[in-house]
Amino acid sequence: MARDLGVSTPGARTLLGRTPRRPLFQPSANPAGRRGRGSFWTHFILIVAVLLVASPLLFALVKATQTGSQVTGPSLVPGLHFLENARAAWVGAGLGRYMLNSGIVAICITTGKTVLSLLAALAFVYFRFPLKGLAFAAVLFTLMLPTELLIVALFDLVSGGLKWANSYAAIIVPFLASATGVLLFRQHFMNIPASLADAARIDGAGPLIFLSRILIPMSWNTIGALAVIQFVSAWDQYLWPLVIMQSDDKQVIQVGLSKLIDIESQNSWGGVMAGAILAIIPPLVVFTVLQEQFSKGFALGQDK
Amino acid sequence: MSLVQPTSVPKPAPKAQAEAAPDEHATFKGRRLPWLFLAPTLIVLAIFSYYPAVRTLRLSVFRANIIIGNEQFVGLQNFAELLSSPVYHQVILQTLVFVVLVVVFGLLFALGLAWLASKPITGAKFYRLMLIYPYALSPAIAGTLWLFLFNPEIGAVNSILDAVIGVKPRWLDTPFLAFGLVVVAAIWKGLGYNVVFYLAALQNVPAEITEAAEIDGATAWQGFWRVVFPLLSPMTFFLAFTNIVAALFDSFGLVNILTRGGPVYGETGITTFLIYQLYEDGFRNFKTGAAASQAVLMLLLVICIIVLQFRYGNRKVHYGA
Repeated sequence: MARDLGVSTPGARTLLGRTPRRPLFQPSANPAGRRGRGSFWTHFILIVAVLLVASPLLFALVKATQTGSQVTGPSLVPGLHFLENARAAWVGAGLGRYMLNSGIVAICITTGKTVLSLLAALAFVYFRFPLKGLAFAAVLFTLMLPTELLIVALFDLVSGGLKWANSYAAIIVPFLASATGVLLFRQHFMNIPASLADAARIDGAGPLIFLSRILIPMSWNTIGALAVIQFVSAWDQYLWPLVIMQSDDKQVIQVGLSKLIDIESQNSWGGVMAGAILAIIPPLVVFTVLQEQFSKGFALGQDK
Repeated sequence: MSLVQPTSVPKPAPKAQAEAAPDEHATFKGRRLPWLFLAPTLIVLAIFSYYPAVRTLRLSVFRANIIIGNEQFVGLQNFAELLSSPVYHQVILQTLVFVVLVVVFGLLFALGLAWLASKPITGAKFYRLMLIYPYALSPAIAGTLWLFLFNPEIGAVNSILDAVIGVKPRWLDTPFLAFGLVVVAAIWKGLGYNVVFYLAALQNVPAEITEAAEIDGATAWQGFWRVVFPLLSPMTFFLAFTNIVAALFDSFGLVNILTRGGPVYGETGITTFLIYQLYEDGFRNFKTGAAASQAVLMLLLVICIIVLQFRYGNRKVHYGA
C-alpha cells in the first residue's frame, strides 16, 4: 500500500544520497518512521508465524532422517537414514500399495467429477427444459448431505446391497457427482457471452462440439481450481474408506497411515514420519503444478 | 455428494443460484438431450445421496443393527434417549466449544497473516507460500504428526520441555491439554485453506482505498479493522461456513488418530465430538438406529447453519473466473 507516498523512493535516495526521515510535505501525524517500524513488525510476525506453522513438519522431516535411537531422543540433527525409514514404511508397512490405491482413487474421482459437472452445467446453462429448477434444486440440496452424515445407510447400501466392500468402486463411485463442481462451472459458463453459443449453433456445432471445442478451452482455470480441491479432498478421505474397505490391498493411504502407526510406532517413529512426509507429497505436487489455475479460477469477487 | 474438505465443503451459493440459470444462454434445442447430460450426476446423487438420506431417516425410528440385520420400530425413542442422555449433552457441548474455538481463532489468524503477507514487502511471495502449504495436509496426517510431537515419552515437544524446564506433561491423557491440542491441531490444519481464500479476497481490495485511509491518518490497526475487515466480510461469512462444516465433520480423522475420543472427563471422552460419537455408535457399538438418529440431528444442525448463511452471509460473494 502507499509505498511511494513518502520520499523514500529509489529516485529520492539517489538524488539526496540518503532517505529523509520524514517527508517534508506531510504532517507529523503520518511519519515515515512509523511505516518503517510497521514493516519490521510485519516481517517479525510473519517469520514467527511461518516458523510455528512449519515446525511440526520440520520436526517430522528431521526425525524421518534419523536412526531408531536418535528419533526417540531430543536430537534435532538431521541424519542420513531417510531412505531406510522410507523403505521401512513403503515396503515393510505396505505404504507403497496404499499410495497407489489413493492415487487411482483420487484421479478417478477428480476426472469423474470434472466430466459429470461439465455435462450437468452444460445442460443447466445452455438448455431450456421443463423441471430445470427442480433438477437444479435437487443438485443444490446435496450440499447439505455430506458423506459423514449418511455413513450408516451408505455402508448398508454399498456393502450389503451392492457388495462393493472389496472393490475400488466403493470408494470412487459414490463421489463421482459434485454439487460444488456443477455450481462452479455453471457460474463460469454464465460469465461467457451467450453470443458464443449462438455463433457455434449457427455454424452447425452441436452442444458436445461446443463443449469440447469452445467451453473447455475457455475453462481451464476453473477446471484446474476444481481439480485441486477435488484431488486433495479425495486424497484426504478417511472415515468412509475406514469403515467400508474390507480388503487391505485396496485401502487408501490415510487409513494406511493409522495402520503404519500401529505397526511401526513400537520400534520406529522414523518410519512413521517418513510415511507421513511421503503421503503429503502428491497433494503438494498437484497444488504446486496447478497453483496459477487455482488462484485464477477462484478469482473471487470479480464477476458481476 | 459433497465431501468434507474443500471439495466436500458445501459452498454457499450466490443468490442468483436459487433459480437454475437465466435463459438468455439457453441456445440449444432438444428435450431429451439436457436430461441425458444431467443423467450421470442425478443418478449418482439419487443413489448415493438421496437414497441413503431417506434410509437414514427411516433407520432413525428403528432399533436396528445392520450387521445382524434385525430391526424393530421404536418411534422417536432413539431421539428421546439421545436428548436425555448426559453423555450426548456433553458431546454436543464440547463439539460446540471446539467448533467455535477452531472457527474464530482459525479465521482470525488466517486473516491477520494473509493481510500481512499481502503487503508488498520483500519476501512476500515466500511468506505466502509457507502459509498456504498446510493446505496439502490431511486431518489424518496432521493427527499422525501431532501424535508423535506430543508423545509424552519420546515426543519432540516433551524432549525439549524436559531439557529446558524439566517438565513432561502427559498431553494426551490430561483432559484439558488433550482438548487444547486437538483445537490447535485443527486450526493449524485449516490455516492453509483459509489463507488461500483470504489472499484471493485481499487481491480484490483496491489499493486506493487502503492508501486513502493511510493518507487520512489511519493507523495500521485502524486500517485493518475499519477498512480491510469490513471489505472482506463476505469472504469471512463464506469461510466461517466452510470452517464450521469442516470442524463438524473433518475433525474425525484428527481425533481418531490423535486421541481416539479420549481422555475421559465427566461423562465421556473430552474429544468425543458429534461425528466421532456417531462413528462409535454406528460401527463400534453397532447401535445403528441410534447412529442414524444422531445423523438426523446433525443434518438439522447443518440445515440451520445453511439457512443462517443464506439469510445473512452471502450477499456479495461470487465464484468463478
